[in-house]
Amino acid sequence: MRTTETSEAGLIARILAGDKELFHELVRPYERMVYLTLFSIVRNETEAEDGAQETMISAYRHLTSFRGDAKFSTWLVTIAINEGRKRLRKAKGVAEESIEEQTEGHEGDFTPAPLTDWREIPLEALERKEFREALRVAVAELPGIYRQVFTLRDLEELNVEETAQALGITTGAVKVRLHRARMMLQRRLVPFLKTTAPARKGFFGRAL
Amino acid sequence: MKLDCKHVWEHISEYIDNTVDAKLREDIERHLEHCEICSAILDSTRNILVLTADDRTFELPVGYSERLHKRLAKELESSKKDSHSK
Repeated sequence: MRTTETSEAGLIARILAGDKELFHELVRPYERMVYLTLFSIVRNETEAEDGAQETMISAYRHLTSFRGDAKFSTWLVTIAINEGRKRLRKAKGVAEESIEEQTEGHEGDFTPAPLTDWREIPLEALERKEFREALRVAVAELPGIYRQVFTLRDLEELNVEETAQALGITTGAVKVRLHRARMMLQRRLVPFLKTTAPARKGFFGRAL
Repeated sequence: MKLDCKHVWEHISEYIDNTVDAKLREDIERHLEHCEICSAILDSTRNILVLTADDRTFELPVGYSERLHKRLAKELESSKKDSHSK
């Protein structure tokens, strides 16, 4: 990890000194992270891709304001989140934006669903396309505050502190939201986990 | 302390992330040894997380990277011109 940070700092210094082409190299490892972050907020491929491009351009233009005290990846993800929120506001209008809840309530069932006829299902059996699709749909349908924490932690594998910093929430809130997100997904996906035979109920034919 | 299932569920996420303290970890593990329901919940949640982190589950749009770098190249090019003209 240290080597990544050191070479990154070196790259940034060289870019700022005028070797601008190196910016491509600097952001290449984070293309996926930036896109997924945008997608977790705007939930639309085109919007997410446009937002990802804007994020990278904004990072390039503001590179002088990057201070080495945060990791470059966290800084970049913060820009992506702001870009996503801006797009969401524009798309939804102000009225609806205030409805997008910013704190976790207590409504909803955050307990896992028991699997009564559980036998250890080999992971390979779950690697079927259908399960992946169901997982994508289930994540997309999580309420925003849970989807965003889940995306940063479990898709992009940021740690709790980085996630908290990027989203501007406490580490306690990250933990609570992550737990609930995981339990909601487990509940949703139980029909798939119960059996290795293709389960056709519930997930298909449902619009995103 | 003997834990009931509900108590185990509350800590399942932290248990997966390995952030529970040693005592609680031990209590949870003792519970899991004899509780099939909680073991199944734990395994299924873990499997979901493994597949979530798998790059093939959440894919990027085809051509995303190429389009991104093309756009960036344009931006770098125009910023070079700016700095020359100054």
